[in-house]
Amino acid sequence: MNKHVLLVEDEPNIIEAVSFLLSRDGWSVSTHSNGHDAADVIRAKQPDVLVLDVMLPGRSGFDILEDIRSEGACKDVPVLMLTARGQTKDRERAERLGATRFMTKPFSNAEIIETLHELSGP
Amino acid sequence: MRRETLTGSRIRERRLINGQKQADLARKAGISASYLNLIEHNRRRIGGKLLLDIASALGVEPMSLSEGAEAALLGALREVAAMHPVEQSELERVEEFAGRFPGWANLIETLAQRQSSLEQTVVSLTDRMTHDPQLAEALHDMLGAVTAIRSTSSILVETDKLEPEWQDRFHRNLNEDATRLTEGSQALVAYLNDETSEHQQVTTPQDEIEAFFQRHGYHFALLENGGSDTQAHDAIESMLESADDLLVSASAGAQVKRLLIRYWSDAQAFGFDVMLDEVSNVGLEPALIAAKYNLDIGLVMRRFASVPGDLLRPLLQNSPYDIAEAGIGLAVCDSSGTLTMRKPLPRFALPRFGAACPLWSLYQALSRPLVALRERSQLSGRDGAPFETLAFAAPVSAPQFGAVPLLEAHMLMIPLSASGAAQNMEPLRPIGISCRICPRGECIGRREPSILAGGV
Repeated sequence: MNKHVLLVEDEPNIIEAVSFLLSRDGWSVSTHSNGHDAADVIRAKQPDVLVLDVMLPGRSGFDILEDIRSEGACKDVPVLMLTARGQTKDRERAERLGATRFMTKPFSNAEIIETLHELSGP
Repeated sequence: MRRETLTGSRIRERRLINGQKQADLARKAGISASYLNLIEHNRRRIGGKLLLDIASALGVEPMSLSEGAEAALLGALREVAAMHPVEQSELERVEEFAGRFPGWANLIETLAQRQSSLEQTVVSLTDRMTHDPQLAEALHDMLGAVTAIRSTSSILVETDKLEPEWQDRFHRNLNEDATRLTEGSQALVAYLNDETSEHQQVTTPQDEIEAFFQRHGYHFALLENGGSDTQAHDAIESMLESADDLLVSASAGAQVKRLLIRYWSDAQAFGFDVMLDEVSNVGLEPALIAAKYNLDIGLVMRRFASVPGDLLRPLLQNSPYDIAEAGIGLAVCDSSGTLTMRKPLPRFALPRFGAACPLWSLYQALSRPLVALRERSQLSGRDGAPFETLAFAAPVSAPQFGAVPLLEAHMLMIPLSASGAAQNMEPLRPIGISCRICPRGECIGRREPSILAGGV
């Protein structure tokens, strides 16, 4: 059975490109583009890996990460955080809140695929 | 704020205006002459009845002796002392200090004001960079577009047998994102330009000098027409006065004045029409022309750089050069390599901060004085422009036994046309602007990493 990745990102063309890429790589991909209810969607979908953008409309990726790590079904889901700002303090904050990996935009296709394989395990 | 301060100086000034002797005034005020002497030299504070008596003896209002700019000065000095603690015993003597050394006191106040102003500027710029929501939003949006373009273009290039409908969709996305990126970058530039004009960005004296020369196109018709020293002096002063919006710092004003005097002196030695005739006859050959007229090669190079492009272009029609509106670029440096005169070109920028590319023939000239260097170069970067550079270094003073001469080096940057660049079989020598913005990966001259990809 294919591994399930949930991509929470608000850029439609990034969603389309990454979804295409991951689907061709054998993933089952679902997407969500709003920060407001992202935590509920994540808990409902229970992905094997979560790709979470930091800057989302409605609620920041940091808040969402803190939320899902605090309780519920996705407390331990591997999370790859995406950000357009490569600042050290963002990286430190993500790590403190429980992000598994951190990636700065723009990333390469090979980079994201390789990272997701590492996060999803064998 | 205490206001009895520096009154001593005022008492002394008023007494001298009145033509009164110190002993006479002291007697009228009921004090000894030696005590009045201490008061007049701000060694003793004064107030109350004694101030009224002295004012009466001087025939002035007491207020006129105890108010004024000095009070503000003392207030400012105390504020400075509060920020940079000084010995209490010395703080108590601030009035004496200001009275005895008013020039130094004013200097401290001026420097403190300058420091405060610069600190505010730093805070405001830092705040703008880190917290400006519009800037953050614009950069986030642009990086989003770049990410989408990078991912999509990789899919298009790397995916075998991509279905036509996916191809169409990704091409459409690429077009959308490229448009978004273009609009975003234009908006960002417009925003930053607005900010620049609104906030009067921090500028260096070098920026002010460059802005002044750019306003005049590096050509000064008023200084080309001969005339007496006095006329040249008047013309220079007039130009400086009309540029008070650009030349804010005293340093920039002084440097521009020195450069204009040199310009006038160069024009006297090598007239404009004669120069154009020679360029028409022999081309851009500073060494040949300098020898013919017994001039310094550096002087001839400076004169070449003063010619507007539209006058130079017709004279060089059959040359390998591609002279644009700005004409020929010029960089002049002293023995330390510091650029002392800069005329950048649109495609040959000169670094605003820090040192330039060590591969420039300008710096080779410094190590080979009196050797005229001609080189064909190409600037780093995707559309690196080809240039011919002429460089020459010479001592700035007559030789003396036992003294190592200081050198000044000149370098002309002459844009080459595409056909001109291809004329010679030898490859163009790669050069950059400065390490910080040079993308060339491996370079023997690199002294610091580049902010551009590849230039590490």
